[in-house]
Amino acid sequence: MFQELNRGTPALPTPRAYRELTPLKRREMREGLLFISPWLIGFLVFTLLPILASLAFSFMNMKITDGILSPPKFVGLDNYIQMAKDPQIWSIGGGTRGSLWITVLFGAISLPVGLMLPLFIALLMNSRHLKGKMAFRSAFYMPYIIPFVAAVFLWGGMLNPESGWINRALVAVGVPRDMTPNWANDVNWVYPTYVIMGIWAIGNAMLIFLAGLQGVPTDLYDAAKVDGANGWHSFWKITFPMISPVIFYNLVLGVVFLFQYFTVPLVVNQGTGRPGGATMFFNLYLYKTFFTFQNMSYGAAMAWLLFFLILVVTIILFRTARHWVYYAGDGKS
Amino acid sequence: MASSVTRKANKAIKPILVTSFTLVLLMMFLSPFAFMVFTSLKTPEQISVVGAPIWPAAVASFEYNGKEVDMYTVPLNTCEGSENHSGTAGLALVKKGTRASTFVDPDHLERGEFVCQVSWRALDRPWKFSPTFNNYKEVWDTIQFPRLLWNTTFYAIMSTIGVLISCTFVAYGFSRFDFPGRDFLFVVLIATIFLPGFVTLIPTYTFFQRIGWVGTWLPLIVPTFFGNAFDVFLLRQYFMTIPREMDEAAMIDGASRFRILWSVIVPQSYPVLLAVTVFHIVYAWNDFFGPLIYLSTNRAAWPVSVALNTFNGIYGQKPQLIQAGALMTLLLPLLLFIFAQRFFVQGIVITGVDK
Repeated sequence: MFQELNRGTPALPTPRAYRELTPLKRREMREGLLFISPWLIGFLVFTLLPILASLAFSFMNMKITDGILSPPKFVGLDNYIQMAKDPQIWSIGGGTRGSLWITVLFGAISLPVGLMLPLFIALLMNSRHLKGKMAFRSAFYMPYIIPFVAAVFLWGGMLNPESGWINRALVAVGVPRDMTPNWANDVNWVYPTYVIMGIWAIGNAMLIFLAGLQGVPTDLYDAAKVDGANGWHSFWKITFPMISPVIFYNLVLGVVFLFQYFTVPLVVNQGTGRPGGATMFFNLYLYKTFFTFQNMSYGAAMAWLLFFLILVVTIILFRTARHWVYYAGDGKS
Repeated sequence: MASSVTRKANKAIKPILVTSFTLVLLMMFLSPFAFMVFTSLKTPEQISVVGAPIWPAAVASFEYNGKEVDMYTVPLNTCEGSENHSGTAGLALVKKGTRASTFVDPDHLERGEFVCQVSWRALDRPWKFSPTFNNYKEVWDTIQFPRLLWNTTFYAIMSTIGVLISCTFVAYGFSRFDFPGRDFLFVVLIATIFLPGFVTLIPTYTFFQRIGWVGTWLPLIVPTFFGNAFDVFLLRQYFMTIPREMDEAAMIDGASRFRILWSVIVPQSYPVLLAVTVFHIVYAWNDFFGPLIYLSTNRAAWPVSVALNTFNGIYGQKPQLIQAGALMTLLLPLLLFIFAQRFFVQGIVITGVDK
């Protein structure tokens, strides 16, 4: 899907380009634009216009105090200056844990788990030794369709420090009762807790990995075997390069998702940032700025900062992709 | 010779190892379902009893001489008449004592009452399976489940119609028309995936509030009639696999572009159209954030996800009710998945693998 973004600069749909067409081609362009017009109109109304509006908001002082919208006034870079100094966003050490640092800490666990676990299960599903592949594949995918609020409550119950099955299992295998984690109520365990709660979302990535694995020609493995390669070697020299496009796809989606992560802390810890402010993710702070403190302008500035960060990180990812993502038999990418 | 036997044994053993390992992994992965079902079948007493099993269990009792008497697990060698037996048996306690207590054996009533040299307080109790279905009824009535069900279904159906109509048109435009700027517009469409929701949300929400749509379903349903990147991409990829010759044949017969979409493309695309349908139904059913921000002021319009979250805030101390509510919420998507899993799998593979 993302290869579409690597195609260089395509022609623009300008009136001039239209005039240069033959009458038949003009008609095709008119009809084509007519068919995509629902999206074009939707893009203008629900995406482009709001983007520009939120950019404008971020240079104003729009906020609601006591139910009254303050008269909009241009304040220049005030919101951005305030944001640059906001410890709730940037702080790393000290009293508050900054929202971006929280995202990095959480991502350091959630991204590797979110890539490696589905890849591992896909490798299992692709093993020629596994019996009942179809049933397993459906069963591992199935939790993906469970409503996320319900999934959070199920795993929340499993991770309850007293009655949850996970701590009961830990005690059963010999972990002392007072050594069992306090999960969602502990500043350090809360990120692994969220990762476990999100584990049911791996179905999508797993199926994409599996499809990628099934696309690897088996004669490559046979050839490697003849040359004396072991399983580890074949994985790194054949499997990994051959499925690197799907790894890249899942990685990019995972990063975009990570930057926008906040519904789980909103539900599990009621958006309070508990325990000890450790779950005040960037988007949660943004959500509160807008809906609780009703400061539209500061929220818009934060949204733009987020947009900028996602853009920078994805551009870096796309740049590195040239070195490790391998598109087989596709010279034009 | 020996090595060929080992090889054969290896051949048989690897599938067993891999399959049982996967099975154990799957059981751990799906164990929260068992947790949910067991917990939702428990009474509050069963939840709070220390040392109770994980399944809904009640202390076993036995009717003796017209009275309910409790069952205990008694070491047999403490009892008169069975001093030489090792092991334990489930016995009914007739008369309590701190040093010695009187029991009967429900399986051997002919033995009559007998004394065992145990304190009844120190004994374990046998558990018997004893589920209750009252939690479901309580949740059903408390959160007014039928109304939530209707709200959620309404949202799912309306937004799925919107997605199907708009994305089919847009994907057709992107896959069957050649014009300057088409590829540029397609890149813009894909790029919207990277746009964080909050960038557009703040002005959009403010706008919807101005025109009085906050508190109604409109802000959630109307935008679905304008297409979205994932579903357009999915449909476009599929449409491109349908041979163009079929369009051209219809065109020679004088069919309009719309006619070709309706009579050539759509009839051949039912698997992918069904994939979009089931995806979107599940998406709408599970949607939490959209309804939360636009409908939180209008309780009558709530979908199940928002109601379940609020319910958790109120009944957080009653896990049996929370788990019963969660089960009721996830039942419909689960059934849909069981009956339509083929289409789910197909759709994901198209989006993730096609470039």
